[in-house]
Amino acid sequence: MTTRPMTFVQASAAALEEALAIDPTVVMFGEDMADDTGGGVFGVSAGLSTKYGDRVRSTPISEQAIMGAAVGAAVAGLRPVVEIMLMNFMGIAMDQFVNHASKLRFMSGGQTPVPLTVRTATGAGFQQAAQHSDMLEAWFGHVAGCKVVTASNPADAKGLLLSCIFDDDPCIFIENTLLYFGPGAVPGEAPPPGHRVPLGKANVVREGSDVTVVSYGRQVIDAITVVDRLAEEGLSVELIDLRTIMPFDERTVLESVAKTKRAVVVHEAVKRCGVGAEVSSRIHEELFGELAKPVLRVGARTSPVPYSAVLEQAYLPQAPQIEAAIRAVTA
Amino acid sequence: MPDRPTLRRMYELMTTIKQCDERFRSMIAAGEIGFLHFPVRGQEVVAAALGVTLRHDDYLVTNYRGMHDSIAKGVSLGELWAEYLGKATGTCKGKGGPMHITDRKSGVMVTTGVVGSGTVIANGLAYASQLRQDGRVTAVTFGDGATSIGAFHEALNLAKTWNLPVVFLCQNNLYAEKTAYSKFQTTPTIGERASAYGLPGVTVDGNDALAIHDALQTAVEHARSGRGPYLVEAMTYRFFGHYFGDPMTYQSATEREAAIAADPVPRYRQWLIQLGHATEGELVAMDDAAKLLIDDAVEFALNSPDPDLAELDLDVYAAEVAA
Repeated sequence: MTTRPMTFVQASAAALEEALAIDPTVVMFGEDMADDTGGGVFGVSAGLSTKYGDRVRSTPISEQAIMGAAVGAAVAGLRPVVEIMLMNFMGIAMDQFVNHASKLRFMSGGQTPVPLTVRTATGAGFQQAAQHSDMLEAWFGHVAGCKVVTASNPADAKGLLLSCIFDDDPCIFIENTLLYFGPGAVPGEAPPPGHRVPLGKANVVREGSDVTVVSYGRQVIDAITVVDRLAEEGLSVELIDLRTIMPFDERTVLESVAKTKRAVVVHEAVKRCGVGAEVSSRIHEELFGELAKPVLRVGARTSPVPYSAVLEQAYLPQAPQIEAAIRAVTA
Repeated sequence: MPDRPTLRRMYELMTTIKQCDERFRSMIAAGEIGFLHFPVRGQEVVAAALGVTLRHDDYLVTNYRGMHDSIAKGVSLGELWAEYLGKATGTCKGKGGPMHITDRKSGVMVTTGVVGSGTVIANGLAYASQLRQDGRVTAVTFGDGATSIGAFHEALNLAKTWNLPVVFLCQNNLYAEKTAYSKFQTTPTIGERASAYGLPGVTVDGNDALAIHDALQTAVEHARSGRGPYLVEAMTYRFFGHYFGDPMTYQSATEREAAIAADPVPRYRQWLIQLGHATEGELVAMDDAAKLLIDDAVEFALNSPDPDLAELDLDVYAAEVAA
C-alpha cells in the first residue's frame, strides 16, 4: 500500500490521464484546457493535449457550445469529459445539460445514452462572491437522468472521477475550489493505479451509534473534526459521506438512522430547497415513527454568496453549526 | 443537375411528406388522433433535397418541425406514426413523441423541441466523425427563429474554429412562431451571417428543388472533403402556421394564398413531366405507392400497443436507480 501524498488537483489530473490512456473514446474539451492555452485555468489538464493531441481541446468561452458538443459527441459514442470552469456557468449550459444530456436516453427509448462528464469547480471561502462560488447540486438533483458527484479526499476524487467518466449516464463532478486550490487543500493518500470508487455508494467515514451525520464534499472534513472531538466526550457519531450526491445511497443512510434514531444533514449549499431537504425528507418518510428527534439540516443562509470575508464566513456553515446541530438532536 | 433516379426519388419523398402531413391533419381534425402537430406542408422540397444529398450513414439533427426531415432521412413510416401516436412500437417506444424522434438506424440522432439547440449538438456529432475520420457529415436543420438564439452563434463559431464537417441548414419559413422575419432580424438574409464566423453561407430558394439540391450538394461536399462547416439558408413557407389549429392571424391571407398558389410540390411534379423525367402515369404510381405506405403506417400505429407502464422507470439511467 502506497503512502505517497496526492493533492486534489493531482487526483483529478491522474484520473483524466488514466481515462485517456485506457480508452480511445475518452475526449476532453473546455476553456483553456489545451497546453497552448495554459493547460486549464486551474492546471488540472496540464500536459494532456501535448500527449493526446486532438482528443484534448480548448474551446471558445462558449458554454452552450461546449455542452452541446459534449452531448453530440456522447450520442455519437464518445465519452466526453468537459470542463465548465465554474459551477455558476452551468446556468449558461443548462438547456444542453438538462433538456438534452439528461433526457436523451429516455426520450430516444434507450437508443442514445449520453455518457458525458462535466468537471466543474465551485465553493465559497475564497472571496469570489456571488457568481463564482455557488454550490448548485440541488438544481441537478431535481433532474431525472443525471448524477451529481463530489469528493471529500483526493483518493475518492480520483476514483469517483474515473467512475463518472466510465459511467453511461451524464455526470457532474464538482471540484471544490477550496479543496483544490485553497489553504485547506491538504494532500491525502494516493490511491493505487486503477482505483475506482463506485457511484451511488456512500462511505461510512466514522461508525457510531448515537447520531448519524450525512454530508459530502468539503463539509465532510469539517464534520470529521467535530465528530472526533465529540467522540472524546463519549458521543458516538456515525458520519456518512454521500460521495454521489444524487441519486444518493438511501440504503446506507436509512440503515444508519434506523440504528441511531437521530440525524443531521450538512452541506455548504443554501439550506432552502437543498439536497438536505431531500435526504431529511426521505428519512422522515421511512423512519418517522422511530426517530427520537426530527432531522436537522445545516446549510448556508438564504443569501447570494457575499464578497466580504466577514460576511462570507458568516454565510458558510462551519464546524460550530455542525456541532450545535448534533448537540440539538442528541439533547 | 441530379440524375434521373435522384430527381424521381426527390418526388417520392415530397409526395410522401405531403401526404403524411395531410393525413395527420385530417385525422386530427376528425378527432381520430390527437397531438400537437407542427405542420411541414410547404417545406417538402428542401427536406427531399437534403434526403437525397446525405448518405445513409450521415448524421441528422432536426427539430420539433421535423417530420419532413425524418422521412427524408429514411425513418420507417410505421415507426414514425407509432411514435407520433405514443405507441410502444414507435422509434422511441412512445417515450419521445413528435418533438423527439431519434432513429439511429437511419441516422436521425437527435430531434430537439428547443429552438436552436440542435446546432450545438451537431458540432459534437461532427467532432466525433472528425476524430474517427469516418467521412460522415452531420446536417442540422432549424428555422429562422432559431438564428436569434445564442446557441446558433456559438455553434457557428465553434464549428469554424474546429473546422467541423457540419452543414447548418436553416429552413426559413418566414415566421418564428408567430413573429415575421422582418420583425426580429436586421440582416436581409441569414445566409450572410455566416461571414461573421468565417464560413461560407448562401441563401437559396428552398422551394426550387434544383437550386436547393445544388446548394446542399455543394455544402455537403465542402464539409465531407474536410473544408469545414457551411451554412445554407433555404427560403420556404409553412402553409398551416406554427401548429395545426394556429389561427394565423399574424400573417396576411394574400401572402399565404400566394404561397399556396405557388405550392412547390405540384410545381416540381409538373416540371418533371415537362422535362420528360417522369410521365404522369409514373408520378401517379408514386403518389399511390406513398399513399399505401401511409395507409400501412397508420394501421400499424393504430393497432400497436401503448407502452408498458414499466417503461416509466426504464431508460432514465443506464441501470435503474431508486425513484
